[in-house]
Amino acid sequence: MTEPTVWYGQLTTRRRLLARGSLLIVGGVSWLSVFLLLPSLALLVVSFLKRDADGALLWELSFESFERIFGSASGENARILIRSIVLALVVTTASVMLAYPMAFFIARGSRSRRFFWLALIIVPLCTNLVIRTFSWKLLLSAQLLPAKLAAWLGWIDPGRDVYPSWTAVTIGLVAASLPFAVVPLYTSIDRLDWSLVEAAQDLYASRLRIFLAAILPQTLPGLSVAVLLTYVPAMSVFVVSDMLGGAKHWLIGNLIQHQFGPGRNIPYGAALSLVLIVLTLGGVSLYRRNGRSVEIL
Amino acid sequence: MKLGRGLWRALTTIAAFFGFALLYLPLFAVAVYSFNAAERGLLWTGFSVRWYLDLFADPETNRRALEIREVAVNTLMLGGASTLIATVLGTLLALGMHFPWPTSVSRVLESIVDIPAVAPDITFAAVLVMAFNVLRRVVDHWFEPSMTTMIIGHVTFEIAFVTLIVRSRLIAIGPTLSEAAMDLYASPWIHFRRVTLPLLWPAIVGGAMLAFTLSLNDFVISFFTSGPRSVTLPLYVYQSQMRGVRTDLFAISTLLLIGVAVSIVLLERLTRWRHN
Repeated sequence: MTEPTVWYGQLTTRRRLLARGSLLIVGGVSWLSVFLLLPSLALLVVSFLKRDADGALLWELSFESFERIFGSASGENARILIRSIVLALVVTTASVMLAYPMAFFIARGSRSRRFFWLALIIVPLCTNLVIRTFSWKLLLSAQLLPAKLAAWLGWIDPGRDVYPSWTAVTIGLVAASLPFAVVPLYTSIDRLDWSLVEAAQDLYASRLRIFLAAILPQTLPGLSVAVLLTYVPAMSVFVVSDMLGGAKHWLIGNLIQHQFGPGRNIPYGAALSLVLIVLTLGGVSLYRRNGRSVEIL
Repeated sequence: MKLGRGLWRALTTIAAFFGFALLYLPLFAVAVYSFNAAERGLLWTGFSVRWYLDLFADPETNRRALEIREVAVNTLMLGGASTLIATVLGTLLALGMHFPWPTSVSRVLESIVDIPAVAPDITFAAVLVMAFNVLRRVVDHWFEPSMTTMIIGHVTFEIAFVTLIVRSRLIAIGPTLSEAAMDLYASPWIHFRRVTLPLLWPAIVGGAMLAFTLSLNDFVISFFTSGPRSVTLPLYVYQSQMRGVRTDLFAISTLLLIGVAVSIVLLERLTRWRHN
């Protein structure tokens, strides 16, 4: 440890460098330990506890919460869990399928024009999700064109709003997660090596083949970030399903929120949170095998 | 072949505009309905700027204006305070992570910093609730749901984003300039002030901007950590949406949106001006 090292042209010892480094990270690391790491352990412990009738914690080991999630008697919970996964997958697929053409569209312009379109992608993120979601309630109400169109097609009864329904929840979620899919895909497409695409065209590859063989592999890093950034929030959201779906369209996010709020069952909420963490971290570790680290901007 | 390409282009453009419509229709609806004369709801009863004027009404006579202004101030205060703390801690963390740690240590550090960026925010909020439950037993009344707990919650997720951005910039800068400075006998402090900090500044500002907007928009963390006296704009809108959001909330949201859009454009102009 004490042998001299050269650090940015400066002769010093490793020990002194690490002392300086520790001084820099001590604030951030202790903050994250106190408010993130240690309480995560607490969450793990609490999920194996019981609660008494008033909602206070009882310090005895129990698997009640997990039985409630996975047990045979709890068809409703399992249904909510599966529903959340399916909805998140649908939302992610739809967002990515829309984000690809948008990213290509942006990448096509000149430099200043690209900045303009990218700014247009970012600006909606600057109004909060709650008001944007409420606004979908306005847009999907019976008086306006989308609802009339849906009624004319026979999807809903005439004179009814489009919400509460899965369609409304999906539209709200796709609109909310679209920017998070476009930005990383754009970064990948911006660096695209077009000579490969031209080579594919010279070989008379079909449009689909060109996309699958020459474009998709090159944009895989951006795609995996896009999937991550849309899938994780879509799994855990509860505002959108609450506002556009109503009480019959609960997701795991609503279930967790309910346990910490009116349900007053913190052990059950903790167990549900753990399940959600495992479900998303599973996806993250899959993604980690492809990419190296999270590149958001 | 030519025709095929043109068709493909047209399809891409149509899909892109459909996407932009999904993004902008809600904003457009909010802006339009902020000029509705009706107090709440969907029925268009005529054009009026009344709700904008009401926002600036005398708080003595207009309790509603006072309430909304309080909510707006809470939102900005939370954003400002949490951004400040998170930017300082996150930048220091990014700088410290750059030191020659053993691989195991830097791997641990990296995953700690990544957690808030990849973990679903609702579990993150649940973790914070646990933290405050435990801490309340150790230190009284500090960790009751209030502005303090909200700020703590926001700082905890913002640190990660600031660190990620500053860190990627540090890696992009590379060691050459620092080495040159040291070869010219700059002391570590001078080297930091004259070389590292100026190069890092855009990333620090960018990280702070991101942290601030994340804080303004956050609903979930606020929902779990707020107290009765620390209501922010997203919480306020959520609480009132069951009975139908009142038009004045559309007005203040529109004002906020315009403010953010203008500051983005200004920031871009400023950085471009610097480059020239």
